[in-house]
Amino acid sequence: MNFITIIRDSFMGFVSQIKEINRKYAVPHIKMSPSVRFSLILLRVYLVLLIGILFYKFYTLVK
Amino acid sequence: MNVWANLFYNYRRWWKALKLYLILAGPGIIVMIADNDAGGITTYAATGAKYGYHLLWFLLLLGPIAYFVQEMTVRLGAVTKRGHAEAIFHAFGSFWGWFSLLDLILTDWLTLVTEFIGMTAAMNIFHIPSYITVIVVCILMGAMILQGRYWTWEKIVIIFCAVNLVYIPCAFMVHPSVSDVLSNSFIPHLPPGGFNNEIFFILMANIGTTIAPWMLFFQQSAVVDKGMQVKDIPWGRLDTALGSMFTVFVAMFCIIVTGTVLFGTNVESAAQAAIKLMDINKYVGTLLAIGLFDAGLLGAVCISLASSWAFGEVFGWAHSLNKKVKEAPWFYAFYFLLLISAGAVVLIPGAPLVLITLFVQVIAVTLLPAALVFLILLLNNEEAMGKYKNTLMQNIINITIVAGIIILSTMYGISALFPNMFK
Repeated sequence: MNFITIIRDSFMGFVSQIKEINRKYAVPHIKMSPSVRFSLILLRVYLVLLIGILFYKFYTLVK
Repeated sequence: MNVWANLFYNYRRWWKALKLYLILAGPGIIVMIADNDAGGITTYAATGAKYGYHLLWFLLLLGPIAYFVQEMTVRLGAVTKRGHAEAIFHAFGSFWGWFSLLDLILTDWLTLVTEFIGMTAAMNIFHIPSYITVIVVCILMGAMILQGRYWTWEKIVIIFCAVNLVYIPCAFMVHPSVSDVLSNSFIPHLPPGGFNNEIFFILMANIGTTIAPWMLFFQQSAVVDKGMQVKDIPWGRLDTALGSMFTVFVAMFCIIVTGTVLFGTNVESAAQAAIKLMDINKYVGTLLAIGLFDAGLLGAVCISLASSWAFGEVFGWAHSLNKKVKEAPWFYAFYFLLLISAGAVVLIPGAPLVLITLFVQVIAVTLLPAALVFLILLLNNEEAMGKYKNTLMQNIINITIVAGIIILSTMYGISALFPNMFK
């Protein structure tokens, strides 16, 4: 077994592990009450805004 | 006779309680004292040099805040027996799980680099080259975790935590004005000059060093690895309360040292403060440098473990310090990968260390609100927490704290990106 095969097998093993994790945690187990839903939506908006600011900073730096 | 019998009975009762506490003590004290890491000591040194004793009252306020946030991780870990990363994956699904895990790893790795910056700078004061410091630290940290028992690791770390208290004798050695210290500690006020961009940045930096995302992940995983049960929660609370008291004391005494001796000077790092102090009092300067190294080491120990635990929990690897290398190879491999790669960055000539420090602040800001929101939601999940879920009063306190931290840390992150924004 050469070096490339070992790397490829390790990588494929890692990918299948990630797929397995995604399957295992596909469904959230917390009860999605209105307050939980609202908090998660707010968090998404917050993160989108923050990432937007980061991209803007990056853009102004490159410019 | 009855009096002696009562005294003996009370003595036995307290001695038993103390022995039980000494067995269960650990995660709370360690996480809180490690919170005063290299970045933290730099922040306190700069705070004291810039504003003297004027912000001591603010540090005193941060103690209870740190306690309330970290106490939630004790309950969550003891009741669910899950680390924080696994708890997020389980409750909120893979999207939020991956987001939290990857952000944590990135933040932790960058913070680890800053710990190495602190440690190498401290040892450079004693003319020890950076590469020797990095190698010795990696060997020391490796030896600490490879001995195969969580309990032993924890007690070794507590010895390093005790070294962190070195700032307390340092403060007495510089003879501060006790009346000034007391009045500045208990009467909230702003320094002369009022509120401005500089003071905002310093206040935010102090908050940032008190509540960090890795602390939530570390303490919850440590509670699980230690095997704490629901009945141990009161001891976990006591441990966390004592830890928060120590972390505040260390921070305040560090500020007192630089506030007494270096007030009015510009200090950019703790190492620079130690060098300046050596010219005035070589013992205090030397102790400050030793304290800085110890702070970096404690931070590095906890941060690298927080990441390894989190990865182990999610990937299903064996992830306990009670396991031997053969039993948990990936857990230890990941620990060393983080450690060695972060140490190597510091040795790269011309590495952008200032940029890395800035990045830590900004990326931590993206993780902290998410981690805190998840924490509150998890603690309100009656199915998982049962009678240990947050009470109304705990929710009022914790939601207020979390909302405040989110607003302030966001402003801090933005001000790090756009320094002129709040001028």
